[in-house]
Amino acid sequence: MAEIETKANTGAREYITFRIGSQFYCVDIMSVREIRGWTPATQLPRAPGFVRGVINLRGVVLPIIDLADRLGFAPTEPTARHVIIVAQTGRQVVGLLVDAVSDIINMPADKVQPTPDVGSEAARAFVLGVMAIDDRMISLIALESVMPAMVGEAA
Amino acid sequence: MDPMQAIKDTFFQECEEQLGELETGLLAMENGSGDEETVNAVFRAVHSIKGGAGAFKLDKLVKFAHVFETTLDKIRTGQLAPATPVMKSMLRAADVLADLVTFSREGGTFDDARSNELIVELNAHCEQKTGEANAEEAPAEEADNNPFAALGWEPVALALEPDVNEYVIIFKPKPELYAKGNETTRLMRELSRLGALTVHCETADIPLLADLEPEQSYLSWRATLRSDQDLATVQSVFEFVDGDCHLDIEVIDFTRETPPEPEPEPAAAPVVEVVAVVEEAKPALEEVTAALEAVKATAPPPREAAKADANGANNATQNTIRVDLDRVDRLINLVGELVINQAMLTQRVLEAGAVKNASIATGLDDLEHLTREIQESVMAIRAQPVRPLFQRMSRIVREIADATGKNVRLKTEGEGAEVDRTVIERLADPLTHMIRNAVDHGLERPDQRIAAGKAAQGEVRLSAAHKSGRVVIEVADDGRGIDRQKVKAIAIKKGLIAADALLTDAEIDNLLFMPGFSTAETVSNISGRGVGMDVVKRSIQALGGRISITTKPGHGSTFSLSLPLTLAVLDGMVVKVADQTLVVPLNSILETMKPKGGEVYGLGPDSQVIGIRGGFTPLIDVGYALGFRSERADPMAGVTLLIETEGGVRSALMVDAIQDQRQVVIKSLEANYGHVEGIAAATILGDGRIALILDADAIVNASTGRNTPSEMLLAG
Amino acid sequence: MSMKILTVDDSRTMRDMLRLALSGAGFNVVQAVDGVDGLDVLERETPDLVITDINMPKMDGFGFIEGARRIDRFRVVPILVLTTESDPDKKMRAKNAGATGWIVKPFDPVKLVDVIRRVAA
Repeated sequence: MAEIETKANTGAREYITFRIGSQFYCVDIMSVREIRGWTPATQLPRAPGFVRGVINLRGVVLPIIDLADRLGFAPTEPTARHVIIVAQTGRQVVGLLVDAVSDIINMPADKVQPTPDVGSEAARAFVLGVMAIDDRMISLIALESVMPAMVGEAA
Repeated sequence: MDPMQAIKDTFFQECEEQLGELETGLLAMENGSGDEETVNAVFRAVHSIKGGAGAFKLDKLVKFAHVFETTLDKIRTGQLAPATPVMKSMLRAADVLADLVTFSREGGTFDDARSNELIVELNAHCEQKTGEANAEEAPAEEADNNPFAALGWEPVALALEPDVNEYVIIFKPKPELYAKGNETTRLMRELSRLGALTVHCETADIPLLADLEPEQSYLSWRATLRSDQDLATVQSVFEFVDGDCHLDIEVIDFTRETPPEPEPEPAAAPVVEVVAVVEEAKPALEEVTAALEAVKATAPPPREAAKADANGANNATQNTIRVDLDRVDRLINLVGELVINQAMLTQRVLEAGAVKNASIATGLDDLEHLTREIQESVMAIRAQPVRPLFQRMSRIVREIADATGKNVRLKTEGEGAEVDRTVIERLADPLTHMIRNAVDHGLERPDQRIAAGKAAQGEVRLSAAHKSGRVVIEVADDGRGIDRQKVKAIAIKKGLIAADALLTDAEIDNLLFMPGFSTAETVSNISGRGVGMDVVKRSIQALGGRISITTKPGHGSTFSLSLPLTLAVLDGMVVKVADQTLVVPLNSILETMKPKGGEVYGLGPDSQVIGIRGGFTPLIDVGYALGFRSERADPMAGVTLLIETEGGVRSALMVDAIQDQRQVVIKSLEANYGHVEGIAAATILGDGRIALILDADAIVNASTGRNTPSEMLLAG
Repeated sequence: MSMKILTVDDSRTMRDMLRLALSGAGFNVVQAVDGVDGLDVLERETPDLVITDINMPKMDGFGFIEGARRIDRFRVVPILVLTTESDPDKKMRAKNAGATGWIVKPFDPVKLVDVIRRVAA
């Protein structure tokens, strides 16, 4: 279950927001390495459906996660207009396939609200919290949960 | 970087080398293959470590190294015989020394009890033989010719003046003094630094020229020094020439004299006096010099002899340089990129149709050859012998043998085999586990071994060899082997296999590698932590290697590891399978063929074989096996690769088409993703896209009718 | 022109430390790794002063000093040995082999320069 860390101070953080379908999400900017356009990925045998394959990121093998699929939506049909957000947690770097990137926002910690108690499993597993900006709700993605388990550990 | 820190780093690097020398030497001494030079080398190793440690004030290390060195000195000078109990102490001391070096470098805690215990042990050995106590640093006892030292003379305090004493120094150098490069002028100069000095030179003893012996010394000096320094300081000016001169220093008790002197003469004066005195002696000196020249002209040149000696000695100094590891890694990465770029360039030129131009084609060919050569040369930089790794294992064997009460000898072969440095580093942990396993579980206790008709001492054999482009490392023990019944029972109990599963011996043996498996019924303090062989297997796989185990019950087991020589490049055949581009390692491919009708037969509902020259070989549909296709393909529509995998097993791989053959740079999948069954790694093709590199062995194993244990996880 | 000093020691750490202390004091430093190498470098570089360790492979400090003294132009070149404190026998032996003086390990850079000044011009 994803949980928000409560911060003693109202330290503000920056987030990159992006769109999947008609919904808006964001990730902590500190985890983001770069933004790229979509390039066709090489398929990985017997990978989970949301892993769309791997691409070459300047000599590094980068797995691509279809975030829509991961969140429980229909798998994306990527085109040249789709975007890949290259993100890192710990030592693992992956590319998140999203529809489009919006902008960078600044949010103090106390403005991040707990995830509403909805039925969606994906929401509970992958969303750390939500925030209100203008008249939108932006959901904060829990990057660690989204990452594919490093395959090779005991099933 | 602070230069002292850089030197400290150098020191620790040097310590590692010295510790390696120490271990090798001690082992040679222990098994009797050492000689006098071995003992010297061992002594020097500890001496070096002690020297550097002193400079950096690493006190614990210095203290221990000192006792260790002293004991080694006794062995070196024949006062202590290197008998078995002594050598055992030496080896344990080497281990403690290594730990102290690590502690000095990294901090943390150090168990003083252990080193103190060993110090007592080492002292005991020394005392035994010589009857001398070998305590901590004995205070320096200077051989002292000076008769005044015993007097315990104390300066007389003068009420109003600082302590000024007068010393009368009579100094007559012997020829030896000059022969060692000392000179009176310098000594007088040093004295003049201590206070007001007057010097007289006595030349009366200089004989007539005819009687003059050039190497003899005929001059003496009488000096008077007024100084506030104490006697010891004055004496110390002459410490280097002690024994090479007649020296008399008399202290005049100044208090008996009449009123204290007015302020001392200006510093310039003593020097002038000395010079004046020397000037006096000059004519005599010049004569002496002239005589010396005459002698020199006739003396035989001794230098030839000295030189011949020097050349006779072994001149095999290695020509090496030390390079920062980061720079090497960066170079290797860049060369890897170069290879990819060169491939991309070739591709683009091909696409542009310019390859028809002969000179361009030749140019591209040349470029490819050059790039390949550069890459091989660069990879060779990182190749290192496995020796240091094997030496570490030697220590581990000792420790575990001690802890488990087993009697074990480690035998190594092929330590000179060279492997990429990264592979060596990442082998350390898995090898350690295997060795622990072998000693703790594989080998029986001495009484059990004797009961079984074996020698009480067990043997673990660690070997490395190059075989068909890979490095093969084996860890073999002559212990009890794997109890197959027990292993199978445990696997069933843990739900790893079905109760009625039918397994071959080889399959049972390899059950050890399954996650969650452990034969430690009694938790020994070595391997009871649950680090299983499955972790070892994954570490080896992450290196692009393979591991298997074979056993002969009652006689022992052998772990076999096969590793790529380098983690960086591979010669591969690029093929197309179900619209995917894959790379098949060239060294497994025996031949390629286009199957004709009538050559392919079915065997059972799911399997096919292909007839080749009278025999039948299993045919594997790669696209289907990897899940790229949900339907089996038609073998006749594609190309078949005849391959040979581990253990000489032959199989035929079905692919759609062969594109070409080239050297590819290996990129890891493990770094950001993990292990994929059937895939060894990835590479980047000329078009910038990623192609997967096939793990032929895994594909073959997965597709044989007998499944690997991981696929035998039957529900319920 | 500053004085040229030859240091002979098989320990890289010690060579580095000597170089740091000596060049810091303005001396010109050349180095060798053992007695055999030392004699080679000695002939090639003609230093004004030599500092040598005792325990070295191939040829130790004693051998080096004896070898150096047999070469005419180095008969009286100042040679200092690096010695550990509790070694009066080694000091005597070095002296008998022809050493001019000694420096105690671990050395104090200031004392080192002092001793050098005492034995060299």
